[in-house]
Amino acid sequence: MTSRSPLSGAPLRTDGVSFSRGGRMLIDGIDCTVEAGSLTALVGPNGAGKSTLLHLIAAAEAPTAGAIELGGTDARSMRRRARARYTALVEQQADTDLDLSVLDVVLLGRTPHLSVLGGPDQADAEIARAALGRAGAEAFSERRFQELSGGERQRVLLARALAQKPTLLLMDEPTNHLDIHAQLHTLGLMRKLADDGIAILAALHDLPLAARYADQVIVVDHGRVVASGAPAEILTPELIQLVYGVRADVLAHPVDGSPLIAFSPLETDPTNRVVRRSGGDDVIVAASGPRGRR
Amino acid sequence: MTALTSDQPAIAPDTDRRGRSGARTGAWTVALIVALALSIVVSVTLGPAQISASEVWGSILSHLGIGESSLTTLRDGIIWQLRMPRVLAAAAVGAGLAICGAIMQAVLRNPLADPYLLGLSSGASFGAVLVIVLGFSIALPLAAFGGALGALALTLVMAGAIGRMTASRTILAGVAVSAALGALTSLVIFWSATGDTYREILGWLLGSLAGVTWPMAILALVAIVVVGGPLMLSAGALDAFAFGDRAAASLGVSVERTRWILLGATALLTGCLVAVSGSIGFIGLVVPHAVRLIVGARHRVLLPLSALTGAVVLIWADTLARTIFDPRELPVGVVTALIGAPLFGLLLLRSRRIS
Repeated sequence: MTSRSPLSGAPLRTDGVSFSRGGRMLIDGIDCTVEAGSLTALVGPNGAGKSTLLHLIAAAEAPTAGAIELGGTDARSMRRRARARYTALVEQQADTDLDLSVLDVVLLGRTPHLSVLGGPDQADAEIARAALGRAGAEAFSERRFQELSGGERQRVLLARALAQKPTLLLMDEPTNHLDIHAQLHTLGLMRKLADDGIAILAALHDLPLAARYADQVIVVDHGRVVASGAPAEILTPELIQLVYGVRADVLAHPVDGSPLIAFSPLETDPTNRVVRRSGGDDVIVAASGPRGRR
Repeated sequence: MTALTSDQPAIAPDTDRRGRSGARTGAWTVALIVALALSIVVSVTLGPAQISASEVWGSILSHLGIGESSLTTLRDGIIWQLRMPRVLAAAAVGAGLAICGAIMQAVLRNPLADPYLLGLSSGASFGAVLVIVLGFSIALPLAAFGGALGALALTLVMAGAIGRMTASRTILAGVAVSAALGALTSLVIFWSATGDTYREILGWLLGSLAGVTWPMAILALVAIVVVGGPLMLSAGALDAFAFGDRAAASLGVSVERTRWILLGATALLTGCLVAVSGSIGFIGLVVPHAVRLIVGARHRVLLPLSALTGAVVLIWADTLARTIFDPRELPVGVVTALIGAPLFGLLLLRSRRIS
C-alpha cells in the first residue's frame, strides 16, 4: 500500500480508495482532495458510488483498499471518536423511531466530544443551540423531531453534524425531496459554511445547482472518478452526454453570466423506447416519450 | 420559510422547557426510589402471617446491626429468611429485565426486543435446568449465561438467514427458538422426574420466585450491581444508535463491537436473573416503553428509571402471585403477562397513532 507522506494538510485526501461488497466493486480506486473552505460537489448517476464513498470517509464502512487522509493523517491511525470530531455526516434519509426532541437530536452530535461517564452539559447545550442557529433551524428547536417535515429534518440533521464541530462535513444529497426554496436555502447555507472554513463534500444530483454553488465538482461513474475540477471546466455538454447520456447545452445566465445548464428531452428510438445512456453501456429503459430527470 | 430569524426569542423557551423536563425527570426519580423502598417494606408485611411495617423495619435494622430486635425468632425468620430475600430477588430481577429490554431495543433497533421474546430467557432456563437436573458441575449462573448467549446467537443467525434482519423476522426467529428451548427444558425436567415435575416446569417456563433463599437473592443483586451498573455507562452509545448504525459510526461509536459487548452483557445479566427466577415475560418489553412515554427516550434517564420501575412492578407482581390464591402459588409470569400483554397492546395502538 502506498502511504505517501502528506504534502498538504487538506481536510480530505483519498488515495486509491476502493470498496467491494459481495464481489461487486462499488468504489474502484478513487483519488480526490477537498480543501478547507471549499464546497465540493460529488455528482454522477444513481448507483455511481457517491453515497458509498461518503460512508467510507465517515467511517461507516472500511475501505477494502487505499487510504483516506484527514488533515494529513491516515484515518486508520485515528481513534473513532477523534475521527468523528473531525468528520460529520448528514445522511440522505435519516429517521428514528424514538420520540426525541430536536435539541436531543442535535445533542447527539456532541457524542464524540463527551466523556463516557458524563452526559452533555450546559456548554454542550450552548453548542447545540448555536448549531441549530447556523443550520437555520432555531425556529423549531422546541419541537419533536418526528413532527418535522422533510426539509426541517434536514436542517436539524445538519445542526447535529455542526454540533460535532467538524473540519470536514459530508452531505448525502442534502437537497433531495426539498422544494426549490428549501434547496436554494440549503445550498446557500452550505456555501456560507464553506466560506466560514469548513470543507464540504456533498453528493448532489442537480447539476445546474452544483455548477452554481460548488467550487469543485467531482464526477464519479461506476465507482471511478471520471473528471474533477472547477464546475465551468468539468460540466461540459460532452461530459454530461458521456456520463448521463443526456444532451445538454451550457449557456450563460441571462442576468449574471454564470454557466447555466439546459437539458434536452431524451431521443426516442423507433420502438418507442427511450435510450437513456449512450457511451459505455447502453441501457434501454421501457418507457416512452420525453421525460424529465426524475 | 423565512430563514435565519433572530435566535433569542426562540431559544429562551427552549431552555425553559428543558428545565421543566429535567425537573419532571427528577420528580419521577425521587418518586420511584420512594416507591421502591415502600414496596419492599409493604410487600414483606403481606402474606399468611400478619406482620406490621414497623416489625419489618425493626428486623431490617437489627440485621444491619443497628438496634436490637424485639421480634420472636419465628416472626423474624418469616421476615428475614422467607420474605425479604424473595422481595429483594423480585426487585433485582425486575430491574435487570427492564435494563436488558431497554438495551436490546436500542442496539437491535427493534421496539419488540426483550430477553423473553428473543429466546434468551428460555435459553437461560434450559442451561440452568440442565445443570440442576443432570448435575453438570458448572456454576448455575454460568450455565444460564451460556444458554442465554446460545439462544440469542441462534435467534439472530436464524433471523439473518431468512434475509435482511428486520424487527419482525427477529421476533419470529425468537419465538421459534423460545418454543424449542422451552420444550427441551420441559423434556429434561420430565425425563429426570424428581419431585413435583409440573410445578418445576411451570416455574422455569413462566417464572417463579417461590422458595428463593438468600444466596439466590444475593446472586441476583450482585448481577445487578456488577453487570447492570456498568451497563448504565452505555447510555451515550445507545443514544447514538437512534438514527441507525451508519449514524452511530459517524458519531464515533464502534458499532459492531458495542453491539456485541452489550448483547453479551445482556445475556450474562439475563442468565444470572433467570437462574434465580425462571423466564418471566413482559417486564423487559413493557417497562422501557412505559418509561419512555413518561420521561422520553434518552438512555441516561431511561436506563435507571426503567430499572427502578421494573423493580417495583415485579415486586408487586410477585406479591400478587404468592397471595392471590394463597396457599397455592401462581407462577409470577402469569401475573406479568396478564398485566403486561394488554398494556403492550395499548402501547402498540398508541405508537401507531403517533407514527
